[in-house]
Amino acid sequence: MAVTSPPSTRAGLGSEPQVPATKGGLAGRVFAGLSTGAGILILVVLAAVAVFLVIEAWPALTASPEELQEISWFKADSLLAYVGPLVFGTLLASILALAIAVPVSVGIALFISHYAPRRLAQGLGYLIDLLAAIPSVVYGLWGALWLLPILNPFFTWLSGTLGFIPLFAGYQAPAKNIMSASIVLAVMILPIITAVSREVFLQTPVLHEEASLALGATRWEMVRMAVLPFGRSGVISASMLGLGRALGETMAVLMVISPGFLYSLFLLKPGQQQTIAANIASKFPEASGLAVSTLIATGLALFVITFVVNMIARWIIARRKEFSGAN
Amino acid sequence: MSKRIDVSDLNVYYGDFLAVEGVTMAIEPRSVTALIGPSGCGKSTFLRTLNRMHEVIPGAHVEGKAVMDGQDLYAPDVDPVAVRRQVGMVFQRPNPFPTMSIKENVLAGVKLNNKRISKSDANDLVESSLQGANLWNEVKDRLDRPGSGLSGGQQQRLCIARAIAVRPQVLLMDEPCSALDPISTLAIEDLMSELKDDYTIVIVTHNMQQAARVSDRTAFFNIAGTGKPGKLVEMGDTATMFSSPTVQATEDYISGRFG
Repeated sequence: MAVTSPPSTRAGLGSEPQVPATKGGLAGRVFAGLSTGAGILILVVLAAVAVFLVIEAWPALTASPEELQEISWFKADSLLAYVGPLVFGTLLASILALAIAVPVSVGIALFISHYAPRRLAQGLGYLIDLLAAIPSVVYGLWGALWLLPILNPFFTWLSGTLGFIPLFAGYQAPAKNIMSASIVLAVMILPIITAVSREVFLQTPVLHEEASLALGATRWEMVRMAVLPFGRSGVISASMLGLGRALGETMAVLMVISPGFLYSLFLLKPGQQQTIAANIASKFPEASGLAVSTLIATGLALFVITFVVNMIARWIIARRKEFSGAN
Repeated sequence: MSKRIDVSDLNVYYGDFLAVEGVTMAIEPRSVTALIGPSGCGKSTFLRTLNRMHEVIPGAHVEGKAVMDGQDLYAPDVDPVAVRRQVGMVFQRPNPFPTMSIKENVLAGVKLNNKRISKSDANDLVESSLQGANLWNEVKDRLDRPGSGLSGGQQQRLCIARAIAVRPQVLLMDEPCSALDPISTLAIEDLMSELKDDYTIVIVTHNMQQAARVSDRTAFFNIAGTGKPGKLVEMGDTATMFSSPTVQATEDYISGRFG
């Protein structure tokens, strides 16, 4: 899921070895073989997963709607009509989580890298890394038992004051809606985005920071002129890592959200949306035969989504490659 | 728009370490002042105190006075940001912002000082600044290309254009040619002799021939030994300094006996 900058990918695949293998001696050839092998292994694993998903999902992909409707929980007209709302729910939850987490993460990362006194920055860095180590089921418990009651009065107020906007209409306690799930997801992906962004911000060349300071930039202007442009692609990569985790997150969503299968933008209403991963986890234990294939078909959809998301991220990074500071 | 700087009894500290001790010198407007001396003698450190860039390093501070046309640069109510807007700087290695185009690089400082600038004013300023840095003819057809695509010498002239675009009073140059080839060095040196009609220029250089070629006045810094503070040994007209210096150490240094 990681979106690295193109140069490192090129080195990893080793399609054009810099040093001819004949020149490197035995050790050189062994190393070239190992690294090429590792590069190929990644492709093989990726292909194997894709092939597995397609083969296992095939019965569901080729089944008629009537056959599918024999599954107890299958209420849709076709497979596509079943997967659609799940894809929508997954994207909605993840994008909301990203929208909450990225600004906060970039803020924390900047504070650690450029504002905080050294000792405080170090402690804070450890703390953030620690957050990443908490298992997602614990986040789920935390969300369901602690966060939901706290969000309740806030959501009540939000729905009461801004209820005329459809997004915030129709809130019902408890707060088992997609907004709560996204907030839990945001907290989960915060550490990874923060940690990667912080590393990137710390790499800003001193030369560029001094260039802006010498022009009479304040610290914030220096950050805007030198640090953020330099870290842009890194922050996008970090966000994609976070998005990857949010897309695939199962337990936290399962424990917080009250599921529904609608194309619904009601963020505060329960029983509207569901994510693919949580749906698979909730149905899989009691599924058999065609039901399993159907669930795996939704998994295939998730696989495709993460792929597309990665492509888009790469495209965003490559678009302004000349200005990236890598040259 | 060029001002004189009078420095008196300036000590520079990094934390408790005294890096430069007791510098007193007058920097004349509309002239080039060269700071020469062996490595580690504190000439770059001293240069950075003239626009308070040394404060970027935690713990760095000064004692003494630096007065620019009657205004104390270190008065308690003076913001270092304001000082840097009047005293521009060019660094040892060319450092155009890689994420900006040539044009955006030139305008970078102006956008800080005065956020709103009309498009035609901006274009005029880009042209005049690049003309001033002798770069216009080489880049006028590719102002929207990244600045990092230029050669080293062109990048350094772009940095000079960026520095003069904000119309500073003083221009500091910290070994501006040390990363450049001889042809590019010549271009920058020619530029300096043009720029001194409008600006007060202070240049740090390791190259004594360069100091002799471009400067009107030369200051020689020296250090007694490692761990000792750097000191200003003597300062005078460049011609005098290179023909008949009054201190033996200066003579030894410029004649290549050490350094």
